[in-house]
Amino acid sequence: MEEIYAKFVSQKIRKTRWRPLPPGSLQTAETFATGSWDNEENYVSPWSIGDFGNLDSDGGFEGDHQLLCDIRHHGDVMDLPSFDQERIVTASSTGCVTVFLHRPNNQTLSVNQQWTTAHYHAGPGTPSYSSAPCAGVVCNNPEIVTVGEHGRINLFKADHKEATRTIDNADSNTFHAVTFLQTPEILTVNSTGQLKTLDFRQQGNELSHILSLTSDRVPLHCVDRHPNQQHVVATGGQDGILSIWDVRQGTMPVSLLKAREAEMWEVHFHPSNPDHLFTCSEDGSLWHWDASTDVPEKLSLFQQGGRSSTFLSQSISNQANVHQSVISSWLTTDPAKDRIEITGLLPSRSLSVNSLDVLDPCLVCGTDAEAIYVARYLFFIEIL
Amino acid sequence: MEELDGEPAVTVIPGVNSKKNQMCFDWGPGEMLVCETSFSKKEKSEMVPSCPFIYIIRKDVDVYSQILRKLFNESHGIFLGLQRIDEELTGKSRKSQLVRVSKNYRSVIRACMEEMHQVAIAAKDPASGRQFSSQVSILSAMELIWNLCEILFIEVAPAGHLLLHLLDWVRLHVCEVDSLSADVLGSENPSNHDSFWNLVTILVLQGRLDEARQMLSKEADASPASAGICRIMGDLMRTMPILSPGNTQTLTELELKWQHWHEECERYLQDSTFATNPHLESLLKIMLGDEAALLEQKELLSNWYHFLVTRLLYSNPIVKPIDLHYYAQSSLDLFLGGESSPEPLDNILLAAFEFDIHQVIKECSIALSNWWFVAHLTDLLDHCKLLQSHNLYFGSNMREFLLLEYASGLFAHPSLWQLGVDYFDYCPKLGRVSLELHMERIPLNTEQKALKVLRICEQRQMTEQVRSICKILAMKAVRNNRLGSALSWSIRAKDAAFATLVSDRFLRDYCERGCFSDLDLIDNLGPAMMLSDRLTFLGKYREFHRMYGEKRFADAASLLLSLMTSRIAPRSFWMTLLTDALPLLEQKQVIFSAEQTYELMRCLEDLTSRRPVRGESDIQQLQDEDIETTKVEMLRLALARNLARAIIREGSLEGS
Repeated sequence: MEEIYAKFVSQKIRKTRWRPLPPGSLQTAETFATGSWDNEENYVSPWSIGDFGNLDSDGGFEGDHQLLCDIRHHGDVMDLPSFDQERIVTASSTGCVTVFLHRPNNQTLSVNQQWTTAHYHAGPGTPSYSSAPCAGVVCNNPEIVTVGEHGRINLFKADHKEATRTIDNADSNTFHAVTFLQTPEILTVNSTGQLKTLDFRQQGNELSHILSLTSDRVPLHCVDRHPNQQHVVATGGQDGILSIWDVRQGTMPVSLLKAREAEMWEVHFHPSNPDHLFTCSEDGSLWHWDASTDVPEKLSLFQQGGRSSTFLSQSISNQANVHQSVISSWLTTDPAKDRIEITGLLPSRSLSVNSLDVLDPCLVCGTDAEAIYVARYLFFIEIL
Repeated sequence: MEELDGEPAVTVIPGVNSKKNQMCFDWGPGEMLVCETSFSKKEKSEMVPSCPFIYIIRKDVDVYSQILRKLFNESHGIFLGLQRIDEELTGKSRKSQLVRVSKNYRSVIRACMEEMHQVAIAAKDPASGRQFSSQVSILSAMELIWNLCEILFIEVAPAGHLLLHLLDWVRLHVCEVDSLSADVLGSENPSNHDSFWNLVTILVLQGRLDEARQMLSKEADASPASAGICRIMGDLMRTMPILSPGNTQTLTELELKWQHWHEECERYLQDSTFATNPHLESLLKIMLGDEAALLEQKELLSNWYHFLVTRLLYSNPIVKPIDLHYYAQSSLDLFLGGESSPEPLDNILLAAFEFDIHQVIKECSIALSNWWFVAHLTDLLDHCKLLQSHNLYFGSNMREFLLLEYASGLFAHPSLWQLGVDYFDYCPKLGRVSLELHMERIPLNTEQKALKVLRICEQRQMTEQVRSICKILAMKAVRNNRLGSALSWSIRAKDAAFATLVSDRFLRDYCERGCFSDLDLIDNLGPAMMLSDRLTFLGKYREFHRMYGEKRFADAASLLLSLMTSRIAPRSFWMTLLTDALPLLEQKQVIFSAEQTYELMRCLEDLTSRRPVRGESDIQQLQDEDIETTKVEMLRLALARNLARAIIREGSLEGS
């Protein structure tokens, strides 16, 4: 039976992210960071899920995650990727991008690097300076790419005070999220439902390769890349539809999976078992999507929160020309043949789950109801 | 208007001198603005310097407590669960659901209380420590009242079971005994411990007779002299008849057994069996329900409701709910003994024992500093169908009124507004309008927050609010020169007028710069293009440019013409369109047919003939007009030449 620990933390959580493990390490996830939003004072806080199996003196609290320390953050925390094992980057609604250093030995957070005016409205007619929220950050040591709600893209190097490259008006609308496709190439999603790629090796300031959901113009809120197959990308939109794209071909998603009506705030492939992915949504649901075709009914181990298998799947593009063996199970989704199991992980809650993160074998998510949920052992690990 | 139940509390604002100057104020949803005017109180004409500040007075300060925030958030989920309890459920299953909900609420209060207690202990300065401690006692009083209401109103325990519940209630809230017991049992020789007899007495007072017996056996072991009477007392304790939950015996049976047992105790008292040991004798008197003996233990009882329950336990264990109020009132009077007057908490509990729900809620509203408690309790009792829904004079019933107050308090808080939404949803009369008024006033700092606000409004078909939010965002975008974003927002709001305005800005920018911005948006408008004529024109005009760029001249030409003939293009833009036609007219091959050329000519003439005749004009205007005339002449020439070529070509084609 899956155990999910909840803790109310008196602040609305916008982002939760695990601290990455050192490569090749046998440890399991231990520390995660949260960023709050829409509070009078917002905070970035690292948490520890503590030692496994060690009972607290009270006995009952062994599953609770404990606050390690916190630091004030100016503005809402819009994004919170880890830069390396010790550094976290935050995107602020004030347009500021900050690198925080977390020293685990004495549990302190300090500002390591800061670009206060990474994002602001510029141009004729605008007031001298007005900040624009930074919507997303993605890191690949030493590079940090930030995208703003006002359509600007910045490329920073962690130890440089100045931006290495800035592209203004890269989008006429609002960027919502960004991820790396391959190292110098980023993929963004925006408020008109478009996916755009940008290759930093090229000099032009035009984003290329616009993919778009037909003519619906439904905003996309999140994007995640398949960990092993860099051309497979999952996005989640305002209408709650999970779309799987093959960025190499076509301008339409390969499949659309209808979940619910409310905004899908985040989507994440499981890093080591990418046949599983997780989404969270404005309606307060946290869902596990299982597309592994080789695991039949064994998954009934995990039934908490009620199973919901109602989904609608559409295969749009044909992949006859793709070699069968390299196709991800996500691209072959055929409602007639395969099933995608969808499982709700949280009991029904009404307020939004804003963020989730998965790292072997744990999952963390944060909500507008000011709670942080941690699942210690994700079920399918036992099966594999 | 109903009369006031008490004098309203006076709040002193430091720095404001209301004696000297007149004050002015304005109501807000959860707050109030107060400032001094420059008018003196006495002499009307004289202006006096006044305090330069405007004060914000918050009514519901508890909303700002970090720890109580957890209470608000956690109980919000329980509240929603309660609203979703199937109305169809009746009888037992419904009752058990409601009791479960009530217990959930209480456990949240307790969790909050424990955390507050930890914080109070850890507090560094004594002032904040005291503040936290007082919060702890408020929370504990809330839980005490809630628990009693749960027993009396929700559980509705029948005679017999009622007392068992009340005993649990007292045991839960008078819990010093556990630490005392640990203390005594931990000592080397428990029966010699200073508090040994205190502990035994408390156990008896709380009806924990098994534990009391175990204690007595320790005493018997330690002093063989009193072993005999201790055993007799132990037997009395063991044989006291009680109603156990699983037992099927009837109340009459129990009553008979109990009478028998009571008489046996009476006999021991008359025989003076325990005369040698005053402790045991007083225990016996307690077990006989002797009021004087009970009142001697005032210190150990600590409060009148403990006294009430103990008194009932040993004098009338099968008390009927209806008789409770009599015992409650007399217990309160006996316990206080005219020395002190009852406090608010006593009045609330007394009102509960009298089954006067309205009085309980009223007293709580006056005594407690937040709306959380009364709002949630009233809602729960309303779900138990206990409140006659008599309307209050301001148009809603009591449940709704309290929920509205609570939710408004949440909306006054910068981050708890999301919780308030669901409370308004469950207020059938005034919830919707209140929500509309509050939603409009949420500051929209980021688009993400705006999206959440929009989702709430869209879900509830609050079209007015959706429009106004989108308009605010669109205006912001325009101010920041983000035309694409502005256009998107007006499309989302289906705001045709604003879409026209933004489209005009796009066209103006095009005329100035000669190229389009925000192509990623305009090229992908899709059906949204139909929102306004101007937007359609913008999209089509851009399409013309694309066709031209792709060298699809014939398509481009007919699109251009249709833009004018269908009157989608604004007249002010016709000249630009005609100028755009020039290069097409000058192409080697004939693109515009003769008929199309006639149409173009008609458009041109239409445009020039309606040109207003100007009077005096300055040099700049003259120059502009000069350019215009040249343009027109060039156009005429090109049109004429194209017409000639087209006629020849069409004629020869038809001829061939």
